[in-house]
Amino acid sequence: MEKIIAEILTNLRPEFDFAAETNFVEQGLLDSFDVINLVTELDKQFGISIDGTDILPENFASIETIKNLVQKNGGKS
Amino acid sequence: MNLKFANKKITGILTILPKNEVKFEDEMDNYNFSHAKSLKLKMAMGYNTHRIAGEGVCSSDLCIYGLDYLFEKGLLKKEEIDALILVTQSPDYFMPPTSNVIQGHFALKQDMICMDINQGCAGYIIGLFEAFMLLEQDEINKVVLLNADVLSPKVSMRDRNSNPLIGDAAAVTIVEKSDTPCTIFGNIKMDGTAFDALIIPAGGSKLPSSLETSQLHEDASGNFRALDHLVMKGDDVFNFVQREVPPMIEQLLTTAGCTKEDVDYYMFHQPNKFMLSKLADKLGVPREKMPNNIVENFGNASGVSIPTAVSYNLGATLTRESFLICFAGFGVGLTWASVLMRLNKLDFNEIINF
Repeated sequence: MEKIIAEILTNLRPEFDFAAETNFVEQGLLDSFDVINLVTELDKQFGISIDGTDILPENFASIETIKNLVQKNGGKS
Repeated sequence: MNLKFANKKITGILTILPKNEVKFEDEMDNYNFSHAKSLKLKMAMGYNTHRIAGEGVCSSDLCIYGLDYLFEKGLLKKEEIDALILVTQSPDYFMPPTSNVIQGHFALKQDMICMDINQGCAGYIIGLFEAFMLLEQDEINKVVLLNADVLSPKVSMRDRNSNPLIGDAAAVTIVEKSDTPCTIFGNIKMDGTAFDALIIPAGGSKLPSSLETSQLHEDASGNFRALDHLVMKGDDVFNFVQREVPPMIEQLLTTAGCTKEDVDYYMFHQPNKFMLSKLADKLGVPREKMPNNIVENFGNASGVSIPTAVSYNLGATLTRESFLICFAGFGVGLTWASVLMRLNKLDFNEIINF
């Protein structure tokens, strides 16, 4: 799952090395529109619909938090 | 707050859209985005074409055009109008009320009520509530509810948060007493502590427009706008909608003793495709029951987006069939409100171009 998430992030913002960062939103790697595109891709890739109330900056801070978010919303590896 | 109304009906809906279409692709260069990123956003949010009124066109112009159409077609008679409600955030003047201007234009009878209501995204629902309450009066039998907004001049063309989605439009909804007994259920909540989530900071008494308020400034996200322009805290508004709207709808349906499946359509305010898809999923409602195609075709004209969704998606079908519809509006204020009512074979339900 981490690999798929990393691929989506790289496609979204190829200029950043997401593996080396730990706070994507606060450090400006992802803005709110990136988050929308990311959620759209995660929904599609994992066949889920991430709950709208979960679309909060803290859930997009790292690959780990994104993985937790996907799993919480029913996504499986 | 739960509300209940007896024996009222909607008998016609007309949506008026400016002819002028603006394509998202033609505006991409205004924003601090790569084209690739803009196109991804286009898919997710449903940005495509929005209707923008020509220079100098006011809310009253769209309303007058629509009313003229109805008078000429014999779908509405001037002497039958007992109240004219105009819900708008873009009145022609600070004073007088634009509804009085419209009344004067048509020389409607003096024995009537005109009122403007300053409301936005939930303005259609609040307008319906007001119409239902006026119809409690013995001498009020027909209310013309006008929703109109020409807000595009108040949005910076270099604001990627708001400009791609803004649309100008008006709608005429005829609300009357019903001889057939029926109950209409409503629900409304407000939170003025977040009044600045959607705001035009300058132009009122608090901060009059000036040369200074017309100067563009860049925000942290690379948008350029002036204090005279609309500014939206997009993330806050999104979170508010996802948090507050589903429980409101659940409560409305519980009060009405209905299930989600009983409802034929969820005609909601149209902020963008992404937000509506998430709302439908959260409510467990099939996405096709909650149309989200108004932003992509016409733009978001605030409260007008709800009647536009009804006219565009149901059209003449609604003149032949009857549907149980859940309306909901949410945004500016903050305000969130909903109505559950049956729409029975309307006299008209269409879109015309201005």
